[in-house]
Amino acid sequence: MASQPTRFGSLRHFEKGGVEVIKDDPRNYVFSNVFEVASKAKPYEKVAVGKNIEYVIEAIRAEGTSGWRVAAQDEFALVMDGEVEVRLVKPDNPSLVPPGSQGSIPLAGDPTGKKMGRVRARRGHMTLLPAGAAYQFHAGNPSVILLQTLAGRDTVERWAQICQTTPRPQTQRG
Amino acid sequence: MTTDTLPELGSIEPNQYGYRDFTLGKFSFSRDEYFVHVRWPNGTHMLPVDAFLRAIQRDVAWGFFYGIVNFDTVIGTVNHYGTVDLFAGRFNAQYRQAGLDYSENFKSDAISRLFEAILADWTNATFDPFASPEETGSAFGPKNGSNKRAITRHRVTAKRMIGAPGDEPVRTDDNGFPINRQFTDVPQDAPEVHAEPGFEHEVVSVNLFAYLSRSDVTWNPSVVSVCKNSLYCPTTEEYILPIIHGNDRVEWFVQLCDEIQWEVEDRDTGAVRARVTMKAGDVAAMPADIRHRGFSPKRSMLLVWENASPELPALYASGKMPPAPVQF
Repeated sequence: MASQPTRFGSLRHFEKGGVEVIKDDPRNYVFSNVFEVASKAKPYEKVAVGKNIEYVIEAIRAEGTSGWRVAAQDEFALVMDGEVEVRLVKPDNPSLVPPGSQGSIPLAGDPTGKKMGRVRARRGHMTLLPAGAAYQFHAGNPSVILLQTLAGRDTVERWAQICQTTPRPQTQRG
Repeated sequence: MTTDTLPELGSIEPNQYGYRDFTLGKFSFSRDEYFVHVRWPNGTHMLPVDAFLRAIQRDVAWGFFYGIVNFDTVIGTVNHYGTVDLFAGRFNAQYRQAGLDYSENFKSDAISRLFEAILADWTNATFDPFASPEETGSAFGPKNGSNKRAITRHRVTAKRMIGAPGDEPVRTDDNGFPINRQFTDVPQDAPEVHAEPGFEHEVVSVNLFAYLSRSDVTWNPSVVSVCKNSLYCPTTEEYILPIIHGNDRVEWFVQLCDEIQWEVEDRDTGAVRARVTMKAGDVAAMPADIRHRGFSPKRSMLLVWENASPELPALYASGKMPPAPVQF
């Protein structure tokens, strides 16, 4: 057994740190917590918690079954809490994704194509969402995904609501 | 002006402590039992040898990283991606005001060779510059063998994702990566992957937390997934970041477990700006005009998220991009 237990966060239990300002604006650090964000999000809402020009990382509350999505570039889904099934289909129609599009786009209904497979992922598991593959998430219980992707049409940016804006952190626990 | 000749790697004869002296341009480096002595045309500086070796080990392993690698508040490097500045006092307001700062530009290969030669000669058999203080012996004393295995580790840079066919492998007992003593409680379960025939190369999932629990180094970001220029570079951290990283672009941190505190200073002067405490699930940006140093009381997992777009340093330096990533 480790001498000090490893502490992960979850939707049910997280402790939030924060920014102690000496001479700065706390908003420069865009400080948030993925579990807090997911705890207040709608299922499968794609809430940006990090942004670097065109790239984002999104906190996603996985709950129930998502719609199908597809992206022009590889994306990566890291389960931060719970258990998520990832279903993958190779669409018969490769033009579902406009060339050069950024982020993922939603598909209307189930895609037609070959089943590629599925992954059952738990906390700490990272799954490749291959470029051009349609994917769907399913979670029996509320779970949290951290998605590495590009900002797309459904990326939600609500920084003022999720980030610290005061010079001292306010203790928050979930 | 860039010095592009290969450096004189070092003196032939060792000094009284058994170590060779080294020069690069107008900088010289020597060590005794406890300290490194750096000399340049208008100044001198001393650093503890363990701290110095930890710093140049990261600098070499990271290819001089993104931006500035301060070994301490005086000495360090600036990466120009092809050439590197070696400096003294350049990002220290007092040195600048006193006119004692000095900087020289070298081809990256030349300065890499110098640091590698220093590491090879000055790292004793008992010392591992990548290890946490509890997991290594002493760097001090007269010359006592060498530790080539410790200073020439493979740098993980996945092309697509670790664990994908043909890419960087996951870590296991069998390939030499046992679970670290502070992560023995991290679940090692594998994701359930059901790939249809013909899609085995694209249906890929790994236990990233288990992978990190088996890291044998600290403060060494390595690429595990690639989304165009968006790189996930997680790392395991324990004790103190051996360098002070000055940003030339925005960098993001996601704390995956446990806690790290970051001291944040003005990149150019060292004036303190903030202290950022990150706990599991916290996300924070490091703006493009700061420098930072992390403190991790227990071994922790940190996801460093980088944008490797080559045009970014010029955009930030010219002021075309604001130093903070989001305005709200």
